[in-house]
Amino acid sequence: MKQTESHKPKVSRLELFLAFSRISLSSFGGAIFWARRELVERQRWLTEREFVDVFTLGQLLPGPNVLNLTVIVCHRFAGWTGAGAGIAGFLGWPCLMVVGMGVLYQHYGALPQVQQALTGMSSVAAGLLFATVIKLAMVLPRGWRPWLFGALAFVGVGVMRWPLLWVIGALAPGAVFAAWKELE
Amino acid sequence: MERLDLGGLFLHFLVLWFLAIGGPSAIFPDIHRYVVEAQHLLTNKQFAEIYTLAQVAPGPNAMYVTLIGWHLAGWKGVAATTIPLLVPATTLTLLVSHLNERYPNARIGRAVRRGLMPITIGLVLASATILMRAVNHDWRGYLITLLTVVVVLRKPWNPLWVFAGGALAGILGFV
Repeated sequence: MKQTESHKPKVSRLELFLAFSRISLSSFGGAIFWARRELVERQRWLTEREFVDVFTLGQLLPGPNVLNLTVIVCHRFAGWTGAGAGIAGFLGWPCLMVVGMGVLYQHYGALPQVQQALTGMSSVAAGLLFATVIKLAMVLPRGWRPWLFGALAFVGVGVMRWPLLWVIGALAPGAVFAAWKELE
Repeated sequence: MERLDLGGLFLHFLVLWFLAIGGPSAIFPDIHRYVVEAQHLLTNKQFAEIYTLAQVAPGPNAMYVTLIGWHLAGWKGVAATTIPLLVPATTLTLLVSHLNERYPNARIGRAVRRGLMPITIGLVLASATILMRAVNHDWRGYLITLLTVVVVLRKPWNPLWVFAGGALAGILGFV
Protein backbone atom coordinates (compact mmCIF):
# COMPACT_ATOMS: atom_id res chain seq x y z
CA MET A 1 0.00 0.00 0.00
CA LYS A 2 1.07 3.49 -0.66
CA GLN A 3 1.79 5.56 2.40
CA THR A 4 -0.06 8.82 2.71
CA GLU A 5 2.53 10.35 5.00
CA SER A 6 3.11 13.00 2.33
CA HIS A 7 5.21 15.51 4.19
CA LYS A 8 5.02 18.08 1.43
CA PRO A 9 7.83 20.58 1.96
CA LYS A 10 7.48 24.09 0.61
CA VAL A 11 9.65 24.45 -2.45
CA SER A 12 9.97 27.54 -4.62
CA ARG A 13 10.19 27.66 -8.39
CA LEU A 14 13.75 28.92 -8.24
CA GLU A 15 14.77 26.02 -6.01
CA LEU A 16 13.16 23.58 -8.45
CA PHE A 17 14.92 25.20 -11.40
CA LEU A 18 18.30 25.03 -9.64
CA ALA A 19 17.85 21.48 -8.39
CA PHE A 20 16.87 20.13 -11.79
CA SER A 21 19.65 22.11 -13.48
CA ARG A 22 22.09 20.38 -11.15
CA ILE A 23 20.61 16.95 -11.91
CA SER A 24 20.74 17.59 -15.62
CA LEU A 25 24.29 18.97 -15.72
CA SER A 26 25.75 16.18 -13.63
CA SER A 27 24.03 13.37 -15.44
CA PHE A 28 26.44 12.01 -17.95
CA GLY A 29 25.21 8.63 -19.10
CA GLY A 30 21.81 8.54 -17.43
CA ALA A 31 20.07 10.97 -15.11
CA ILE A 32 18.35 8.65 -12.66
CA PHE A 33 21.30 8.21 -10.32
CA TRP A 34 21.67 11.98 -9.94
CA ALA A 35 17.95 12.59 -9.61
CA ARG A 36 17.79 10.24 -6.61
CA ARG A 37 20.83 11.83 -5.03
CA GLU A 38 19.48 15.35 -5.37
CA LEU A 39 15.83 14.77 -4.48
CA VAL A 40 16.18 12.15 -1.75
CA GLU A 41 19.62 12.67 -0.23
CA ARG A 42 20.48 16.32 -0.73
CA GLN A 43 17.19 18.19 -0.66
CA ARG A 44 15.13 15.56 1.17
CA TRP A 45 12.06 16.57 -0.81
CA LEU A 46 11.06 12.94 -1.33
CA THR A 47 11.38 9.82 0.78
CA GLU A 48 13.06 6.76 -0.75
CA ARG A 49 9.66 5.17 -1.18
CA GLU A 50 8.10 8.22 -2.84
CA PHE A 51 11.05 8.39 -5.21
CA VAL A 52 10.64 4.77 -6.30
CA ASP A 53 6.91 5.31 -6.84
CA VAL A 54 7.44 8.38 -8.98
CA PHE A 55 10.28 6.81 -10.93
CA THR A 56 8.28 3.66 -11.70
CA LEU A 57 5.44 5.78 -12.97
CA GLY A 58 7.86 7.80 -15.11
CA GLN A 59 9.15 4.61 -16.69
CA LEU A 60 5.73 3.28 -17.44
CA LEU A 61 4.69 6.43 -19.29
CA PRO A 62 5.97 7.43 -22.73
CA GLY A 63 8.90 9.82 -23.08
CA PRO A 64 12.19 10.26 -21.26
CA ASN A 65 11.78 8.68 -17.79
CA VAL A 66 13.48 11.40 -15.82
CA LEU A 67 11.60 14.13 -17.67
CA ASN A 68 8.36 12.47 -16.57
CA LEU A 69 9.72 12.33 -13.04
CA THR A 70 10.66 16.02 -13.26
CA VAL A 71 7.16 17.00 -14.31
CA ILE A 72 5.42 14.92 -11.63
CA VAL A 73 7.66 16.12 -8.79
CA CYS A 74 7.66 19.80 -9.76
CA HIS A 75 3.93 19.87 -10.43
CA ARG A 76 3.30 18.32 -7.02
CA PHE A 77 5.39 20.97 -5.26
CA ALA A 78 4.61 24.12 -7.22
CA GLY A 79 1.91 23.55 -9.82
CA TRP A 80 2.19 24.35 -13.51
CA THR A 81 4.74 27.12 -13.17
CA GLY A 82 6.82 24.84 -10.98
CA ALA A 83 6.70 22.17 -13.68
CA GLY A 84 7.83 24.81 -16.18
CA ALA A 85 10.74 25.80 -13.96
CA GLY A 86 11.80 22.18 -13.50
CA ILE A 87 11.61 21.45 -17.23
CA ALA A 88 13.61 24.59 -18.03
CA GLY A 89 16.34 23.48 -15.63
CA PHE A 90 16.32 19.87 -16.73
CA LEU A 91 16.17 20.32 -20.53
CA GLY A 92 17.40 23.89 -21.11
CA TRP A 93 21.10 23.31 -20.42
CA PRO A 94 21.42 20.02 -22.31
CA CYS A 95 19.59 21.62 -25.22
CA LEU A 96 22.17 24.43 -25.41
CA MET A 97 25.08 22.03 -25.01
CA VAL A 98 23.83 19.68 -27.67
CA VAL A 99 23.44 22.63 -30.05
CA GLY A 100 27.03 23.61 -29.20
CA MET A 101 28.10 20.11 -30.16
CA GLY A 102 26.09 20.45 -33.36
CA VAL A 103 28.03 23.59 -34.28
CA LEU A 104 31.36 21.85 -33.63
CA TYR A 105 30.21 18.82 -35.61
CA GLN A 106 29.27 20.97 -38.60
CA HIS A 107 32.70 22.64 -38.56
CA TYR A 108 35.02 19.81 -37.62
CA GLY A 109 32.94 16.67 -38.20
CA ALA A 110 34.72 15.89 -41.45
CA LEU A 111 38.27 15.93 -40.01
CA PRO A 112 39.79 12.43 -40.22
CA GLN A 113 40.69 12.25 -36.50
CA VAL A 114 37.20 13.37 -35.49
CA GLN A 115 35.71 10.82 -37.88
CA GLN A 116 37.81 8.04 -36.38
CA ALA A 117 36.98 9.01 -32.81
CA LEU A 118 33.26 9.19 -33.65
CA THR A 119 33.34 5.76 -35.30
CA GLY A 120 34.94 4.20 -32.22
CA MET A 121 32.46 5.94 -29.94
CA SER A 122 29.51 4.84 -32.07
CA SER A 123 30.61 1.21 -31.70
CA VAL A 124 30.55 1.84 -27.94
CA ALA A 125 27.07 3.40 -28.15
CA ALA A 126 25.79 0.26 -29.88
CA GLY A 127 27.33 -1.86 -27.12
CA LEU A 128 25.57 0.22 -24.46
CA LEU A 129 22.23 -0.46 -26.14
CA PHE A 130 22.91 -4.22 -26.24
CA ALA A 131 23.87 -4.14 -22.56
CA THR A 132 20.59 -2.34 -21.79
CA VAL A 133 18.67 -5.07 -23.59
CA ILE A 134 20.41 -7.77 -21.55
CA LYS A 135 19.79 -5.97 -18.25
CA LEU A 136 16.10 -5.46 -19.06
CA ALA A 137 15.63 -9.03 -20.28
CA MET A 138 16.87 -10.40 -16.94
CA VAL A 139 13.77 -9.08 -15.18
CA LEU A 140 11.25 -10.27 -17.79
CA PRO A 141 8.33 -12.24 -16.36
CA ARG A 142 8.73 -16.00 -16.84
CA GLY A 143 7.18 -17.95 -19.69
CA TRP A 144 7.38 -17.89 -23.49
CA ARG A 145 4.89 -15.09 -24.08
CA PRO A 146 7.09 -12.07 -23.20
CA TRP A 147 9.84 -13.44 -25.45
CA LEU A 148 7.37 -13.86 -28.30
CA PHE A 149 6.15 -10.26 -28.04
CA GLY A 150 9.72 -8.98 -27.74
CA ALA A 151 10.77 -10.96 -30.81
CA LEU A 152 7.79 -9.75 -32.85
CA ALA A 153 8.53 -6.11 -31.95
CA PHE A 154 12.17 -6.59 -32.92
CA VAL A 155 11.36 -8.22 -36.28
CA GLY A 156 8.58 -5.76 -37.15
CA VAL A 157 10.57 -2.61 -36.40
CA GLY A 158 14.20 -3.71 -36.74
CA VAL A 159 14.05 -6.20 -39.64
CA MET A 160 10.89 -5.44 -41.64
CA ARG A 161 11.27 -1.70 -40.87
CA TRP A 162 7.54 -1.18 -40.50
CA PRO A 163 6.40 2.09 -38.87
CA LEU A 164 6.40 1.91 -35.07
CA LEU A 165 2.78 3.06 -34.86
CA TRP A 166 1.56 -0.02 -36.77
CA VAL A 167 3.74 -2.43 -34.85
CA ILE A 168 2.73 -1.12 -31.43
CA GLY A 169 -0.90 -0.86 -32.55
CA ALA A 170 -0.82 -4.52 -33.56
CA LEU A 171 1.10 -5.90 -30.57
CA ALA A 172 0.19 -3.77 -27.56
CA PRO A 173 -3.51 -4.73 -27.15
CA GLY A 174 -2.69 -8.46 -27.16
CA ALA A 175 0.31 -8.02 -24.85
CA VAL A 176 -1.60 -5.95 -22.29
CA PHE A 177 -4.62 -8.27 -22.44
CA ALA A 178 -2.44 -11.34 -21.85
CA ALA A 179 -0.75 -9.63 -18.88
CA TRP A 180 -4.16 -8.61 -17.52
CA LYS A 181 -5.25 -12.27 -17.62
CA GLU A 182 -2.07 -13.41 -15.91
CA LEU A 183 -2.60 -11.02 -13.03
CA GLU A 184 -5.92 -12.64 -12.13
CA MET B 1 17.77 20.94 -52.68
CA GLU B 2 14.57 19.41 -51.44
CA ARG B 3 12.62 21.61 -49.04
CA LEU B 4 12.43 20.28 -45.55
CA ASP B 5 8.88 19.77 -44.31
CA LEU B 6 9.21 21.04 -40.73
CA GLY B 7 5.50 20.61 -39.97
CA GLY B 8 5.67 16.98 -41.06
CA LEU B 9 8.78 16.46 -38.95
CA PHE B 10 7.03 17.98 -35.92
CA LEU B 11 3.96 15.78 -36.33
CA HIS B 12 6.00 12.63 -36.84
CA PHE B 13 7.97 13.26 -33.64
CA LEU B 14 4.81 14.15 -31.77
CA VAL B 15 3.20 10.80 -32.59
CA LEU B 16 6.44 8.97 -31.82
CA TRP B 17 6.87 10.43 -28.35
CA PHE B 18 3.49 9.11 -27.33
CA LEU B 19 4.77 5.65 -28.34
CA ALA B 20 8.08 6.05 -26.50
CA ILE B 21 7.26 3.71 -23.65
CA GLY B 22 10.57 2.68 -22.11
CA GLY B 23 12.25 5.90 -23.14
CA PRO B 24 14.00 7.39 -26.16
CA SER B 25 15.72 4.18 -27.30
CA ALA B 26 12.34 2.66 -28.14
CA ILE B 27 11.70 5.20 -30.90
CA PHE B 28 15.24 5.21 -32.29
CA PRO B 29 14.42 2.65 -35.04
CA ASP B 30 11.45 4.62 -36.28
CA ILE B 31 13.27 7.96 -36.23
CA HIS B 32 16.03 6.28 -38.26
CA ARG B 33 13.47 4.85 -40.68
CA TYR B 34 11.83 8.25 -41.16
CA VAL B 35 14.90 10.50 -41.30
CA VAL B 36 17.31 8.19 -43.18
CA GLU B 37 15.24 5.74 -45.21
CA ALA B 38 11.97 7.52 -46.01
CA GLN B 39 12.94 11.22 -46.17
CA HIS B 40 16.68 10.91 -46.96
CA LEU B 41 17.48 13.87 -44.70
CA LEU B 42 20.63 12.31 -43.21
CA THR B 43 22.93 9.48 -44.26
CA ASN B 44 23.15 6.35 -42.17
CA LYS B 45 26.59 7.42 -40.98
CA GLN B 46 25.55 10.97 -40.05
CA PHE B 47 22.63 9.58 -38.10
CA ALA B 48 24.89 7.26 -36.11
CA GLU B 49 27.38 10.06 -35.40
CA ILE B 50 24.71 12.51 -34.26
CA TYR B 51 23.18 9.91 -31.95
CA THR B 52 26.60 9.15 -30.46
CA LEU B 53 27.50 12.81 -29.92
CA ALA B 54 24.31 13.35 -27.96
CA GLN B 55 25.07 10.33 -25.75
CA VAL B 56 28.26 11.93 -24.47
CA ALA B 57 26.57 15.25 -23.66
CA PRO B 58 25.09 15.75 -20.18
CA GLY B 59 21.36 15.44 -19.67
CA PRO B 60 18.80 12.88 -20.78
CA ASN B 61 19.69 10.50 -23.61
CA ALA B 62 16.70 11.84 -25.51
CA MET B 63 18.65 14.92 -26.60
CA TYR B 64 19.74 13.21 -29.81
CA VAL B 65 16.42 14.34 -31.29
CA THR B 66 17.41 17.95 -30.57
CA LEU B 67 20.72 17.47 -32.34
CA ILE B 68 18.97 15.93 -35.36
CA GLY B 69 16.71 19.00 -35.48
CA TRP B 70 19.67 21.37 -35.22
CA HIS B 71 21.52 19.58 -38.00
CA LEU B 72 18.51 19.70 -40.31
CA ALA B 73 17.22 23.23 -39.78
CA GLY B 74 18.95 25.14 -36.98
CA TRP B 75 16.77 26.55 -34.19
CA LYS B 76 13.55 25.85 -36.10
CA GLY B 77 14.60 22.25 -36.37
CA VAL B 78 15.39 22.16 -32.64
CA ALA B 79 11.85 23.36 -31.94
CA ALA B 80 10.31 20.86 -34.38
CA THR B 81 12.01 17.84 -32.81
CA THR B 82 12.26 18.93 -29.13
CA ILE B 83 8.86 20.46 -28.33
CA PRO B 84 7.08 17.17 -29.16
CA LEU B 85 8.97 15.39 -26.40
CA LEU B 86 7.41 17.70 -23.83
CA VAL B 87 3.85 16.94 -24.85
CA PRO B 88 3.33 13.45 -23.38
CA ALA B 89 5.18 14.48 -20.21
CA THR B 90 2.96 17.48 -19.57
CA THR B 91 -0.37 15.91 -20.51
CA LEU B 92 -0.52 12.14 -20.15
CA THR B 93 2.01 11.92 -17.34
CA LEU B 94 0.24 14.42 -15.11
CA LEU B 95 -3.12 12.82 -15.77
CA VAL B 96 -1.87 9.34 -14.94
CA SER B 97 0.08 10.55 -11.92
CA HIS B 98 -3.14 12.08 -10.61
CA LEU B 99 -5.08 8.84 -11.19
CA ASN B 100 -2.27 6.81 -9.68
CA GLU B 101 -2.39 8.80 -6.46
CA ARG B 102 -6.06 7.97 -6.23
CA TYR B 103 -5.85 4.32 -7.23
CA PRO B 104 -2.30 3.19 -6.43
CA ASN B 105 -2.79 -0.53 -7.02
CA ALA B 106 -5.02 -0.51 -10.11
CA ARG B 107 -4.70 -3.75 -12.04
CA ILE B 108 -4.75 -1.97 -15.40
CA GLY B 109 -1.57 -0.08 -14.52
CA ARG B 110 0.27 -3.26 -13.64
CA ALA B 111 -1.04 -5.06 -16.74
CA VAL B 112 0.11 -2.25 -19.07
CA ARG B 113 3.55 -2.29 -17.53
CA ARG B 114 3.93 -6.06 -17.61
CA GLY B 115 2.52 -6.36 -21.13
CA LEU B 116 4.53 -3.59 -22.76
CA MET B 117 7.91 -4.30 -21.21
CA PRO B 118 8.85 -7.12 -23.63
CA ILE B 119 7.90 -4.90 -26.59
CA THR B 120 10.19 -2.19 -25.28
CA ILE B 121 13.04 -4.69 -25.02
CA GLY B 122 12.47 -5.79 -28.63
CA LEU B 123 12.59 -2.13 -29.72
CA VAL B 124 15.84 -1.39 -27.90
CA LEU B 125 17.35 -4.50 -29.48
CA ALA B 126 16.27 -3.15 -32.89
CA SER B 127 18.00 0.17 -32.04
CA ALA B 128 21.19 -1.65 -31.12
CA THR B 129 21.33 -3.65 -34.35
CA ILE B 130 20.51 -0.65 -36.55
CA LEU B 131 23.25 1.43 -34.94
CA MET B 132 25.71 -1.46 -35.11
CA ARG B 133 25.12 -2.00 -38.80
CA ALA B 134 25.50 1.73 -39.47
CA VAL B 135 28.93 2.02 -37.83
CA ASN B 136 30.70 -1.34 -37.75
CA HIS B 137 32.26 -2.28 -41.05
CA ASP B 138 34.55 -5.12 -40.00
CA TRP B 139 35.44 -7.31 -37.02
CA ARG B 140 37.21 -4.51 -35.17
CA GLY B 141 34.06 -2.44 -34.79
CA TYR B 142 32.15 -5.52 -33.64
CA LEU B 143 34.91 -6.26 -31.15
CA ILE B 144 34.56 -2.79 -29.58
CA THR B 145 30.79 -3.28 -29.35
CA LEU B 146 31.25 -6.68 -27.73
CA LEU B 147 33.86 -5.39 -25.27
CA THR B 148 31.51 -2.56 -24.31
CA VAL B 149 28.74 -5.03 -23.49
CA VAL B 150 31.07 -7.11 -21.31
CA VAL B 151 32.52 -4.10 -19.48
CA VAL B 152 29.15 -2.43 -18.85
CA LEU B 153 27.58 -5.62 -17.50
CA ARG B 154 30.51 -6.42 -15.22
CA LYS B 155 31.91 -3.09 -14.03
CA PRO B 156 30.07 -0.20 -12.38
CA TRP B 157 32.07 2.37 -14.34
CA ASN B 158 30.58 5.54 -15.77
CA PRO B 159 29.85 4.88 -19.48
CA LEU B 160 31.80 8.04 -20.34
CA TRP B 161 35.06 6.18 -19.70
CA VAL B 162 34.02 3.50 -22.14
CA PHE B 163 33.22 6.21 -24.71
CA ALA B 164 36.67 7.67 -24.11
CA GLY B 165 38.17 4.22 -24.74
CA GLY B 166 36.21 3.92 -27.99
CA ALA B 167 37.34 7.39 -29.12
CA LEU B 168 40.96 6.53 -28.34
CA ALA B 169 40.73 3.24 -30.23
CA GLY B 170 39.36 5.20 -33.18
CA ILE B 171 42.05 7.90 -33.14
CA LEU B 172 44.79 5.29 -32.85
CA GLY B 173 43.47 3.82 -36.09
CA PHE B 174 41.99 0.66 -34.68
CA VAL B 175 38.61 1.06 -36.37
